[in-house]
Amino acid sequence: MKLLEVENLTTYYKLKEGYVRACEKISLQLGQGEALGLVGESASGKTTAALSLVKLLPDNARVMAGKISIEGRDISRAMEDELRRIRWKEIAIIFQGAMNALNPVRRVGDQIVEALRIHEQMTDKEAYLRTAKLFDQVEIDPSRTKEYPHEFSGGMRQRVMIAMAIACNPKIVIGDEPTTALDVMVQAQVLQLLEKLRRESRMGMILITHDLSVVGETCDRVAVMYAGQIVESGPTEKVFENPAHPYTRALIAAFPNIEGQRHLAQSIPGNPPNLLSLPPGCRFHERCAEVFGPCSTEEPQPVELSVGHTALCHLLRGGVSA
Amino acid sequence: MHNTMVKNERLALWRKNFSGFWSIYSQNRMGLIGLAILIFFTLMALFGPLLVSITTLSIDGVTKVLHPPTSGFWLGTDDLGKDILAGVIIGSRVSLLVGVAATAISMIIGTVVGIVSGFYGRTADALLMRITDVFLVIPWLPLMLVMAALLGPSLGNIIFVIGITSWAGTARIIRSQTLSIKERPYIERARAIGSGDSHLMFYHILPNVFPLIFANTVLVAAVAILSETTLSFLGMGDPTRITWGVMLHFAFSMGAVSHGAWWWLLPPGICVVLVVLSFTFIGYALDEVLNPKLRRRDQ
Repeated sequence: MKLLEVENLTTYYKLKEGYVRACEKISLQLGQGEALGLVGESASGKTTAALSLVKLLPDNARVMAGKISIEGRDISRAMEDELRRIRWKEIAIIFQGAMNALNPVRRVGDQIVEALRIHEQMTDKEAYLRTAKLFDQVEIDPSRTKEYPHEFSGGMRQRVMIAMAIACNPKIVIGDEPTTALDVMVQAQVLQLLEKLRRESRMGMILITHDLSVVGETCDRVAVMYAGQIVESGPTEKVFENPAHPYTRALIAAFPNIEGQRHLAQSIPGNPPNLLSLPPGCRFHERCAEVFGPCSTEEPQPVELSVGHTALCHLLRGGVSA
Repeated sequence: MHNTMVKNERLALWRKNFSGFWSIYSQNRMGLIGLAILIFFTLMALFGPLLVSITTLSIDGVTKVLHPPTSGFWLGTDDLGKDILAGVIIGSRVSLLVGVAATAISMIIGTVVGIVSGFYGRTADALLMRITDVFLVIPWLPLMLVMAALLGPSLGNIIFVIGITSWAGTARIIRSQTLSIKERPYIERARAIGSGDSHLMFYHILPNVFPLIFANTVLVAAVAILSETTLSFLGMGDPTRITWGVMLHFAFSMGAVSHGAWWWLLPPGICVVLVVLSFTFIGYALDEVLNPKLRRRDQ
């Protein structure tokens, strides 16, 4: 039994003009202690997919379909009351931009105590002691729990957010671009910290990022998203060494390489499709270099290339081999 | 033990924050003048009655009627021979009490309506804001007069009437700030840790709108005191209590103007103006302290 299983999760945003198909038939699996990277361009539906798990979505979002289970327990039909218990206790989130995820007028320690008090039967004193311990775990001097967010640097605030995320020993932590806006050194520290905590507590982690190197360093598995769909997923090495989907290949080519010859990274021509009115067929065909016959008419079905490695492309189904 | 430690630290922190606040506020001349006037009138309200003998206010002690200021009666006497100075001092109590109490009512209603309306949006917002519109649009003086007339003249009713008619502007301002704050990432984060609605509204949003509440309180207090004076002047006040408004009412209706009894009309009038002015000064000074954009760098 997997820690987290998501099947065909579909979330749309309702606008006057119609539905924005931000997240279509997403299927994911996450084992204990496993890290899954969710990569893709901006607006490819990564965050929507992750936040759909605990229904932390804007008012106009509708989860249309899908089954989500944690350790075999189906939570896709959970009501708000139950969701509130699940949030943080089972699925915690490290938010994009820790700069703004802390309330500026409350002390950081109090904000962690707040999470503990909601979910754990604890006295104030126990909660404060636990908070000090958490600070120690994320390598911040426990005496700083009494300070306000503006007294911390960006990297430290991100570590505070991590401390907050692990406060209730969640089973799953979702990192929504936890290292964006941090410099490379701090980024490495934060990632190492996450790695350490994941090993220690065996929690599953979903890392949302557009930085492939971060995924390469930390994730066991990777899922590549494009225009609301997972176009390829599999073990990180397999996907990076043998990318099956043209988009994955393009994404990898678009990433500058610090070693080797100096050349400008390859960008992908065109823009992602409008999620309000998607083109027929494959969502990537308008920008795909290897487009052929069925691409513009038929929707591709997932093809399993090897154990756990699947991709969504007509090329892989007989046709022209990649 | 830990709790007391936390409390002591909190106290120390408040002290630190207050001294920081004071160092900026004390640079503001307007604010200092306002504060000085307000402190003067507060002390007058608290301790003044100890200094004036009550006999000077009773009609039995009539010695001189409508007498201009002399060494015995610094501000003269009214048509019944009551000491104007004593009246002004006693009157400050009710004026300030009404100001504080009506402001408190107004602020509580305004803040709750504003936060709830901004936070929930949709139907709740539409409903609450239409009610707010009604209170904003109806001319407050006639509304106040009608309500005061219906409820009858008592101090409690005056406070209630002023409180209930002056919250609409505050509700509007708090609502707009709530709309902005509820979209901030830390509210999403707070929701993600499992916070419920009331926790979000009063633990996370309320402290963030506090500067606005603070600045508004002072301005509403000025209006509340003026309203009390107005109501009393128009004869809707509690006739059994001496307030500045009641003094003005009797001065006017007993023909102080035609008698040339300036000492009867001026003192309560000036007091009202000074108190309202002090609140306004403090309001502007607070705005400058709390709004970094208005703060001058060289201070």
